Amino acid sequence: MLRKFAFIAVFVAGAAFAQQSEAPPIEVDVVGGVNAAMAIAVPPLATPRNVTTSAGDTGPLGSQMAAVIAGNLRSSGVFVPVGPQGLRGYPYHEAAAPAYQQWRGTGASALVTGFVEARPDGRLTVGCYLYDVTAGRELTRQGYVVAPNEWRRAAHRCSDAIYARLSGQSGYFDTRVVYVAETGPKTNRVKRIAIMDSDGTNHRYLTEGRATVLTPRFSPDGRRLVYMSYAGRRPRVWLLDIASGQERPLVPGPAMTFAPRFSPDGRQIVFSMAVNGNSDIYVVDADGYGQPRQLTTAPGADTSPSFSPDGRRIVFESDRSGTQQLYVMNSDGSGQRRITFTSGARYASPVWSPRGDLIAFTRIGGGSFRVGVMTPSGSGERLLTNSWQDEGPSWAPNGEFVMFHRTEHGSGRSALYAVSIQGGAERRLATPQDGSDPSWSPLQN
Amino acid sequence: MRKTMTVAMAVVALTMAGCQRRTIVQDPILPPAQEAPPMVAPDPLDSELDLVELPAAQAALIAQAGSDTVYFGTDEHMLDMAARTTLAAQARWLLANPAVRASIEGHADERGTREYNLALGERRANAARDFLMAQGVPAHRLTVISWGKERPVAPGAYEAAWAQNRRAATVIVR
Repeated sequence: MLRKFAFIAVFVAGAAFAQQSEAPPIEVDVVGGVNAAMAIAVPPLATPRNVTTSAGDTGPLGSQMAAVIAGNLRSSGVFVPVGPQGLRGYPYHEAAAPAYQQWRGTGASALVTGFVEARPDGRLTVGCYLYDVTAGRELTRQGYVVAPNEWRRAAHRCSDAIYARLSGQSGYFDTRVVYVAETGPKTNRVKRIAIMDSDGTNHRYLTEGRATVLTPRFSPDGRRLVYMSYAGRRPRVWLLDIASGQERPLVPGPAMTFAPRFSPDGRQIVFSMAVNGNSDIYVVDADGYGQPRQLTTAPGADTSPSFSPDGRRIVFESDRSGTQQLYVMNSDGSGQRRITFTSGARYASPVWSPRGDLIAFTRIGGGSFRVGVMTPSGSGERLLTNSWQDEGPSWAPNGEFVMFHRTEHGSGRSALYAVSIQGGAERRLATPQDGSDPSWSPLQN
Repeated sequence: MRKTMTVAMAVVALTMAGCQRRTIVQDPILPPAQEAPPMVAPDPLDSELDLVELPAAQAALIAQAGSDTVYFGTDEHMLDMAARTTLAAQARWLLANPAVRASIEGHADERGTREYNLALGERRANAARDFLMAQGVPAHRLTVISWGKERPVAPGAYEAAWAQNRRAATVIVR
C-alpha cells in the first residue's frame, strides 16, 4: 500500500496544554455564508534545528507546509490566508507562545504556527497550533509523527484541525479524489481512472486506458473502488483493491451492470443491472460472489442508487413516471416513494450526504444540467451551480462540499469542480488532463 | 464501398466453402459451428466473454443491409419505419451468415446524464435485438450492450449531430 503508514498523534510541547479545546469556537459564520471570510496568518513553520531529511531540509519544509495549509484554507472559501510569503518567521519557542501584538499588526484575527523537527528515528515531528490573535489565546494544538515523504499529510491534518476548530465542522483536506481522466477527441475519448490527493498532488493512474472506464467510487474505508469498465466490450461493474491492483467483476456473467456504490458499512454494493431493456436496482455482498438481490421491479430505468449514511434507505432515480425523478426506498426495496415534483424538471444521479441531512443531485432542465441539494423528503431544493452541463455530484466527508464535473458545450471537454453547499463560487480542481466522475474519499486514517 | 463489399462477400463465400487457400483479411468469419455456443455462465474472469470485432464481416453487413445502424428520437427507443427496414435487411444477412454473432450496441446523445444514458442505450439496443429475433435470428447469436453517451459518432452540439448519436449499431463479433 503506497500510502500506508502509522499516523501517530503526539503531545506537542508547551505548558499551556491543559487549556486546549476548552475555549468555545470563535465567531465564523460558515453556515450562514454571510460573514466575510476570516483573515488568518500562516507564517512559515519553525524548526528547532535545520536538519536534512529525505524530503529536504526541515527549514524549507516548514515553509512548504505553511503553503499547503494556506492553500487548503483558501480553497475552503471560508478563510483569507495571509502568508506564508511576506510574513516573517518566528523562533521555535514562539510556536507555542506567539507574540500576539506583532501578529495583530497583520490584520489577521487568527494565527497558525507550528514546527518541523527531525527525530532520531528519521521521521518528523510536526506541531500545529491555532490562536485567536484578537483575544490572545490558544484555540487548539495538534502533533503528528510522519515519514519525511508524508509531510503533506501532516499539513493536511493540521489544516483539518484548524478548519474544524474554527468552523465547527469536521475537516476534509486529508482526503483523496478518484476520477476519470479523459484525453482524445470527443468521438473517441480515452478514459483512465486516476487518483490524487484532494489538493491535486500525488496524482497517478490506476487503469491503462485500453478499456473505457466510468464512475469510480470509493469504499467507505478508502481502500477499494467500485467502477464500470468496458473490458472485453462487456460493460460491467468491477471491484478494485487500490493497493494491490487486484480486480474482479462484481457479479459473474455477461449481464450489463452499472451505477455502483458501496453501502456505508462497506459490506454491500448497490448497482443497476439491465435485462431485456429494463434497468433495475440490485444489491450484492462486496465480498465473494453472492447472489444479487433485486430491489426494484418497475419497468423503465431505475438507476444511480445511493445509501443513506445509516444504511437504512436508498435514494435513486427512475423514469417510471415518464421522466427521470428521484425516489427514496428502504434498503430492502420496500416503501418506494417519489420525492421530486417540480414541474418541468428532471432529476438524476442523487447522492446522500455523509451527514444524512441532504441529497445532492443533477437537475436537468432548459437544456442544461445543474448540481443542487435538497432534503431527503425533497424539500428545500437549492441549486449550487449554473453552467451547460454540471453533473455527477460527490460529497466531501464532512457533508459541506460537493465535487462534480462540468462539461463544456461544443468541445465536450470536462473538468472537476468543488462547491460549498452554502453557495458561493465553485472552485476548479487542477488535473493533468480533462476529468469527470469524481469520487471524494473519506478522511484518511 | 463497392469494392469492399465484393472482397468481403468473397471472404464469406470462401470460408463457408471451407476453402482457406487465399487469406484476404485477418478476421475470417468462422465456419458454421456444429454446436450451439455454450450457454452456461462461464467463469467471470474468462476472456470467452470478450467480444472481438470482425471488420470484414461488418463491411459485408453494411454492404448487404445498407447500414449497420438505426436511429431514435430524443429519449425514445421505438423503431420507426426506416429502422425496421434496415433491421429487416440486417436480419436477412445474419440469417444468411449463421456463423457470426452480433453485439447490438445502443447509444445516447450527450444531453442525458451518464447513468441514465447507459440505461437508455440498453433499452434502444434491446428494441433492435427484439426486432432481429422476431425476424428469426436466434437469441444466442445476439448480445446487447450500451455505450450510453461514451461513443458519439457526430461531435457537434446541435440537433443534427445528436440525432446521429441516438442509435443502435449491429456490430459483428466473434
